[in-house]
Amino acid sequence: MKVSMNWISEYVDLSGLDLDDLIHRFTLSTAEVEDVYHLGTEINGVVVAEIKTIDAHPNSQKLHLLELDLGDHTDRCVCGAPNVRVGMRVPFAPFGASVVGMTIGEATIAGVVSRGMCCSAAELGIADSSSGLLELPADAPLGKPVKELYAFEDTVFEVDNKSLTNRPDLWGHYGIAREFSAIAKRPLRPLELDDLNKYDALDPVPLGAIDPELCYRYSAIRADHIQKKVSPIDMQIRLYYCGMRAISLLADLTNYVMLELGQPTHAFDSRMVGTIGVQRFPEPFAFKTLDDVERKIDPETLMITSDGKPVAVAGVMGGLNSEIVSDTDSVTLECATFSAVSVRKTSSRIGLRTDASMRYEKTLDPELCALAAGRFLKLLLAIDPEAKVVSRYTDCWQYHYPEIELHFDKAFVDRYTGIDIADAQINDTLTRLGFGVTEQNSVFDVKVPSWRATKDVTIPADVIEEITRIYGYDNFKIETTMSALRPVQPLRVKADEKAMKDALVKTFGLHEVHTYLWCDAKKLKDLNIPLPENVYLLNGMNPDATVLRTAMMQTLLPVLKENRFYAPAFGVFEIGRTVKGQREDGTVNERRTLGVALLSHDRERTVFLSARDMISSILFDMRRIRPTFERVAPINAWEHPANTAAILLDGKTIGTMSTVHPEIAAEIDKKAALVTLELDMDALAEIGEADLKYREASRFPGIDIDLSFVVDKDVTYADVTGPFFADRDETLQGISLVDIYEADVKSMTIRLSFVSPVKTLQKAEVQAYIDRILAVLAEKNIRLRTV
Amino acid sequence: MAITMEELRQQFYEHLQQANAAEAFEELRVRYLGKKGEVTGLLKNMGAIAPDMRKEYGAKVNALKEEVESSIRKRIEEAHARELELKIAATERYDLSLPSSLNEGSYHPITLVQREVEQIFASMGFTIEDYDEIVDDYHCFEALNIPKHHPARDMQDTYYLSNGQLLKTHTSAAQNAIMRKYGAPLRAIFPGRCFRNESTDACHENTFFQMEGIMIDENISISNLIYFMKTMLSEVFQRDVKVRLRPGFFPFVEPGFELDISCAICGGKGCPSCKNSGWLELCPCGMIHPNVLKAGGIDTEKYTGFAFGLGLTRLAMMKYGIKDIRDLNSGNLKSLDQFVK
Repeated sequence: MKVSMNWISEYVDLSGLDLDDLIHRFTLSTAEVEDVYHLGTEINGVVVAEIKTIDAHPNSQKLHLLELDLGDHTDRCVCGAPNVRVGMRVPFAPFGASVVGMTIGEATIAGVVSRGMCCSAAELGIADSSSGLLELPADAPLGKPVKELYAFEDTVFEVDNKSLTNRPDLWGHYGIAREFSAIAKRPLRPLELDDLNKYDALDPVPLGAIDPELCYRYSAIRADHIQKKVSPIDMQIRLYYCGMRAISLLADLTNYVMLELGQPTHAFDSRMVGTIGVQRFPEPFAFKTLDDVERKIDPETLMITSDGKPVAVAGVMGGLNSEIVSDTDSVTLECATFSAVSVRKTSSRIGLRTDASMRYEKTLDPELCALAAGRFLKLLLAIDPEAKVVSRYTDCWQYHYPEIELHFDKAFVDRYTGIDIADAQINDTLTRLGFGVTEQNSVFDVKVPSWRATKDVTIPADVIEEITRIYGYDNFKIETTMSALRPVQPLRVKADEKAMKDALVKTFGLHEVHTYLWCDAKKLKDLNIPLPENVYLLNGMNPDATVLRTAMMQTLLPVLKENRFYAPAFGVFEIGRTVKGQREDGTVNERRTLGVALLSHDRERTVFLSARDMISSILFDMRRIRPTFERVAPINAWEHPANTAAILLDGKTIGTMSTVHPEIAAEIDKKAALVTLELDMDALAEIGEADLKYREASRFPGIDIDLSFVVDKDVTYADVTGPFFADRDETLQGISLVDIYEADVKSMTIRLSFVSPVKTLQKAEVQAYIDRILAVLAEKNIRLRTV
Repeated sequence: MAITMEELRQQFYEHLQQANAAEAFEELRVRYLGKKGEVTGLLKNMGAIAPDMRKEYGAKVNALKEEVESSIRKRIEEAHARELELKIAATERYDLSLPSSLNEGSYHPITLVQREVEQIFASMGFTIEDYDEIVDDYHCFEALNIPKHHPARDMQDTYYLSNGQLLKTHTSAAQNAIMRKYGAPLRAIFPGRCFRNESTDACHENTFFQMEGIMIDENISISNLIYFMKTMLSEVFQRDVKVRLRPGFFPFVEPGFELDISCAICGGKGCPSCKNSGWLELCPCGMIHPNVLKAGGIDTEKYTGFAFGLGLTRLAMMKYGIKDIRDLNSGNLKSLDQFVK
């Protein structure tokens, strides 16, 4: 929103103060100012002139030679404007004067020398474009500089609308003036209003049914005999400086009142409206708004009607069928308050955001209706004294916001601020902002003004903001808290995440990436991976990216593919969230999940087993528990039927690792070995760290016994060593793999290490144990090699 | 007399001259200094020496013995030195410019920035929390004093899910749960990934990281808030940061502020980066709204608190000079592998 300081100064005397400094304080106390413009400074020496004669230009049909009366002398110039007329008073820039973007010199126009220029509104910086000269009133004093007659010079600042969303009262100059009155500590002048009571004896504007739910207040008043069509120059300047365009007196007045009070009004041509209603229609229909666009109106949209026929979209825009036209001389002025939510939804549904709807969305104070009517008439009657009010102020006020009174004491303010703001200062600030303040012994009873009571100020903490922002945050003494210190234990999930990332990056050289929470259907299709059935986004912009991932691989495998030329061997990982369907109560089963995807041109077996070693080492490091791995059937498309394994820690499954299914591997990289790993970090967090139990080293030498087996290809190391662990001799310290050779059969040499804490063991002492286990193994057809 | 001392010395030096290997030196040592060695043998001639000359003779033999011994040792050392020199000369000079075969990993830039900030807060006694990415309407809005019809709840800003939940639009969505979990007094930060339903470009992402902080205790004031933000931001930026507060509206704080920091690029004089204002808008903050405290089960008569939000993604972009926000979720190792620590 643009704010004119001339306009503000009408309500607060800011004389003697630095405007730029005040505007800066507005940023610190009220809302952020984005830009400040010093307008009209370029215009110099432009005076009022009357066109005395118009002669044809010798070389041009369009151009004219004008003789101008400047009061005490005459001047001449060449002029191309189409609206020149003898007797017309216009702004004239003589030789040496300056207008927007230029200084007037001597110019030869189509062969005729011209030393001056008659100006249009655009040339004076008060319109974007003009089709002719700016016509000044017939009584404008000849020869008088226009800047002495009209307020061309103004300081205008722009506030970010977003920073005003919670302040309906700041959507008009009067509300902003109230802020400046508090900031500058100068009194706020009252609004000049027409007294509506004096029309009470007149007929009402006929009002029909008014929607009881969405229309809080509907009021109207009618005026006839309006002869003036054009707004005064000063009004045109203000409208333009505040971002609007002068159109016609009645339209300009509604805009002017809106910019001044923040209350939108609507001017209907009285000829076009009968009994006014505010209603919703059960069936959808098309309606042409005054921007000449046909809008689809649905049953939720609140409409203004005349004799039951729609004439305006309530709070958004009027209809083409009842707008003010050139011969309108009677106006029916609507001043109404509609539900903010209804206006916002309507405006977004029909795709039309207007100056009116923006204001209604902020929850306007219904009190403003009568002020707007009074202000409109005051201005209208001053500009066009012939105009006549012909109806009473007809008012249907259906919803009153409750009055809000707040109570607090100085101690409350002190506790919130941490500083000492004097009672008198609190009182002064609140009073200037329009609050009714009663204070006794540092206890405050505060009545919230109606313009702040629609949603903005409801509790004492809201008043703290009023006091402190005007006090100025720059003036705060800053101080540390006085809080007891307590030790802080890191959350296990956070500690795990850190340990995991550090190990993966620092020890194993993997790269951390971030991918989206949802699957990219196209990318998955490219990899032959089906889109999972899962919870999905209802309103994502990209229809291919809606289904939430059930596994990290759905987003990591595409990353692996995109990076496949990055290095001959590399790995990526992410600790993120996956959604494993829904729980019984319908909420998602969100899991913190580690995903690791490896690509290498090494042997697949090596890559797979190194990945196993990697996770084994990390988990052992984190929990002092060795994970185990169990071959399981694949669940996901990318998991290889032969080499998918569950990762178990402390007997609980916490993850899966696999080589990649050939059908999918072929789409990622035909030549490379690919390995995936997923770990449920939430499941891991449930497993605590095992205690470290100290075991004294034996002082006696142990013995190692190597056993060589010849087994079928399918027999695993675990198959061979399992029985030793299942029935473990107390002296069996450990088992290790010495050698393995695979051809048609597998030969495997394992080493059993025995040690006793009390004596030096002899081979014979453990032979019985070994034989017992060998017998168990033999039952499974696992036998020692016979040389 | 067989051989004179001088002759023996001459002879020894001739032999020493010829010796060049370790065994030869040992041989020489035995031949001259061994029990039956030639120098040792000279002592056996003592009987033939006149008694008054014996002392002098003995001393001479001993001197010779030492001379022989040290000469041999010297030659051994020389030979050893020469050998070592040859060995060193023959040693391969390794090419340090060869590429490394070790894989060096990398962190995501958000991880690095997040850790830095977390560390600052941990040092000030803050609990670091972690919260869901998928939440419900209550936690994301209702509990934060965001009324039913607030524009923030519109479809265009929030991703709604088929099961009725939604993707959290801000880390504030964790406030309620964390207040309920710990009660007051409380100081906690909670970084997290947030989602907004908007189209992406160089400056906008639908998926980004924030970090929220809250501090609740008896008598927490605006004055404390300013102190805290200034201290924290000075740590984050490693310089004495000037901060200023402006009123800002967020339903879950009252009063609410926009916090600006002095622009580091121009030092507050005004430049294109700060839109000539000398200030950069950095983080929203404020005193926690009593309704939010109440929803979190905190006694508002006893406690007050402040809350603030930091854009971790924005911080990472500022810190590393990342111009396109989309790089962060691109998974492109060519750019991401730079972030080592």
